[in-house]
Amino acid sequence: MKEEIDEGLRTELQRQGVWVTSMQELYNWGRKNSIWPLQFGLACCAIEMIATAASRYDIARFGGEIFRPSPRQADLMIVAGTVTKKMAPQIVRLYNQMPDPKYVIAMGACAISGGPFKQGYNVLKGIDRYIPVDVYIPGCPPRPEALLHAFMELQRKIDTQKLSGEQKAEFLKPEQPSEFPVPAFGEHDLEPPANPDLFQPPVIERQS
Amino acid sequence: MTPNPYLFIVIFVCVAVVVPLLPLGLAWLWRRFFQPPKPGPAKLSIYECGVESLGDAQIQFRSQYYLYAIIFLIFDVEAVFLVPFAVAFTALPVGAFVAILVFLLLLIEGLIWAWGKGCLQWNR
Repeated sequence: MKEEIDEGLRTELQRQGVWVTSMQELYNWGRKNSIWPLQFGLACCAIEMIATAASRYDIARFGGEIFRPSPRQADLMIVAGTVTKKMAPQIVRLYNQMPDPKYVIAMGACAISGGPFKQGYNVLKGIDRYIPVDVYIPGCPPRPEALLHAFMELQRKIDTQKLSGEQKAEFLKPEQPSEFPVPAFGEHDLEPPANPDLFQPPVIERQS
Repeated sequence: MTPNPYLFIVIFVCVAVVVPLLPLGLAWLWRRFFQPPKPGPAKLSIYECGVESLGDAQIQFRSQYYLYAIIFLIFDVEAVFLVPFAVAFTALPVGAFVAILVFLLLLIEGLIWAWGKGCLQWNR
């Protein structure tokens, strides 16, 4: 696990019928090909998510067909659709209840930023204000191919995660939190309006 | 020497014990050496579709409901037998007609008994 296996040596060994791997590669190979998403949809993006899971696009080709009805068994949360402020605490709570390692795909313009409903009084301007997002998919709604692409990007990310050392994955670090504070309903907005540990909006500096 | 015929059951039991325990043991080792456990109040809370759970899971029903279950049973059983009876009515011999009539009368007697006992009144 300390060092990567030399590629030339590996191909040479494979030619001789010897397959060499490391614990990290085996572990990442296993979990990247069996990402079980949490079964929940919020708006029209959920229809595209359903289409992705159905036979024409068939997310089962990538090992993601088992949509779990319980967060305890899920690895991936696909935030598919508009997140209203009424719904945001539930999403954060569901994310908190998922076991590590867990990943989030923000699907569609609404989940990224509020999308066409950004000006709405009741729409959260992006789920990344409360939970860490791994892959963003733009689109309104994104086509199933886009979701598949995001899925493959996530697989690529999982493949590069390290098991040990300084660069090891976040969920393996004991000091990294596994759950994030659930926002409460305030008088006008959610309290707090964003998790400051996760979400720092860019500061606009105007030159006079 | 032929093996003991019960040997296969012993092998089967061993496999049935080892196959579930092996992944659990591997998972325990994995957790022990790689993945730090991160329990928390939200993570360990009851799953109710993301909504905070209210109250206790063990609620009590009033025992009065058993009467409704019994009266429902009268009508339910009656309907189950009445449908084939009505379908085959014209082809039935007299004996079968009398038998179903006795059966219906028994159920009606039960209903009258329940009525007379005041079971159809909803007591608050």
